[in-house]
Amino acid sequence: MMDINDLKGISTVFVMIAFLGVCWWAYSPSRKKQFEEAANAPFADEVDPQATPVEPEGDNEKGQEKL
Amino acid sequence: MSSNLAAAGEQPAYDYDVVRKFAVMTVVWGVVGMSVGVLIASQLMWPQLNDIFQPYTHFGRLRPLHTNAVIFAFGGCALFATSYYVVQRTCQAPLWGGWLVPFTFWGWQLVIVLAAITLPMGYTSAKEYAELEWPIDILITLVWVSYALVFFGTIVKRKTSHIYVANWFFGGFILTVAVLHVVNSAAVPVTLTKSYSAYAGAMDAMIQWWYGHNAVGFFLTAGFLGIMYYFVPKQAGRPVYSYQLSIVHFWALISLYIWAGSHHLHYSALPDWAQSLGMVMSLILLAPSWGGMINGIMTLSGAWHKLRTDPTLRFLVVSLSFYGMSTFEGPMMAIKTVNALSHNTDWTIGHVHSGALGWVAMISIGALYHLFPVLTNRKAMWSVPLINAHFWLATVGTVLYIAAMWVNGIMQGLMWRAFNADGSLTYSFVESVEASYPGYFIRVVGGAMFLLGMLLMAYNTYRTLTAPAEEADAADNAQLQAA
Repeated sequence: MMDINDLKGISTVFVMIAFLGVCWWAYSPSRKKQFEEAANAPFADEVDPQATPVEPEGDNEKGQEKL
Repeated sequence: MSSNLAAAGEQPAYDYDVVRKFAVMTVVWGVVGMSVGVLIASQLMWPQLNDIFQPYTHFGRLRPLHTNAVIFAFGGCALFATSYYVVQRTCQAPLWGGWLVPFTFWGWQLVIVLAAITLPMGYTSAKEYAELEWPIDILITLVWVSYALVFFGTIVKRKTSHIYVANWFFGGFILTVAVLHVVNSAAVPVTLTKSYSAYAGAMDAMIQWWYGHNAVGFFLTAGFLGIMYYFVPKQAGRPVYSYQLSIVHFWALISLYIWAGSHHLHYSALPDWAQSLGMVMSLILLAPSWGGMINGIMTLSGAWHKLRTDPTLRFLVVSLSFYGMSTFEGPMMAIKTVNALSHNTDWTIGHVHSGALGWVAMISIGALYHLFPVLTNRKAMWSVPLINAHFWLATVGTVLYIAAMWVNGIMQGLMWRAFNADGSLTYSFVESVEASYPGYFIRVVGGAMFLLGMLLMAYNTYRTLTAPAEEADAADNAQLQAA
């Protein structure tokens, strides 16, 4: 017979699978390019080209290394 | 970015009017709510201040006025302003909803005014952070459903293929707050100004703190993380550190937060397993909280030098530092043995203000200093040195406040649990109150500094909004619209 402890175990495993699923979905290489585009969404509607972000090195007046 | 771009050089006709209204009211309600906060902090230091105009100025009536004003009036207006702005800019579509848009503004202001009238009069449902009586609760529901329609209607109309992560956080916040508000505010009305909760006993307490903690988790965290994911990259001039991390951050945060509320009921009549569940879920919550904080701070990689010259960016980054501090402190206080010391002491109030002043208020202030110039076609605020002065007042004020409450809280906890050899209590309660006065005084000073910063902001905002628009008259008007 199932009891409350089986449910606890099943739910723990279920949440772990869900978490790993989200990680796999987010980090799978096939979506890398799509997310790089998405990350630029705040700058996509700029009219002023100066306000658009740039490759990290172009924006760095002090010439510091990207950390 | 070509696939997401609308025709270059053109922006849709964004609805900035409602954003401007909410942004201005954020400053106004911030000054009002924090003034009441300084008054009630002073009442704890000088109790005769309760008698200014009894019974309306009694601490017990002004305290819910303070919490409602800073959370729902100041924080709420900041969320409305920023979410309406961000959803338009990242969807490249004007707000959907027609008359619903001004209705959310005027309806929300009416809720705030009604709260400011009824709470000092003593009308309260006695549920913390949900004190307003049932007619106001119904008005809140109407405004909130309209807000959801406007927000998600705009998402549906978007010109971009992807829904930017900030909108996921705003959307999660809007949906969850709707559910929390409706469930927790369920009540049986007796008269126009009096109702009784639909729940009783330990169940009532559990539902109240499921609501209360998720008001923190979704209203004061998810919504403001939405602000973080737009305004930190925008002000730093570079995209978020890891978009993948932001996705894991979102799903982990919203699925964990909802379980943590029972840590407010440690050592109460709540079943022991529910208390332990709340403790464990609160501890796990550290991971997504810090993941999000690191994602925000690391966005500054390679742009740290901007902190030297840009006080607006400093507000945003320091708010993330306070977010990291308070999301470490929270899980620690949720551990039952730590809670045995901290429960009901000033440590709790210090923890709340580490989040409320350091995180919520500072990220809102940073976002507003970014917004006002955009909304008025200007390059910058009227006075950048005033922003800098505001930044230092806010930071030092917050540190004074929370340090005073840490000292008070730990001292109170230790005094309350001290026993003599014969088993009697070492200290009476009033001795712990007397010992708290130095901390209460430091809190008044810290709170007053934070309020003074808000007054500088109000003046700076007024001058920015009323200054003649010389930049906007320039020939390159179109360019500046995006600044």
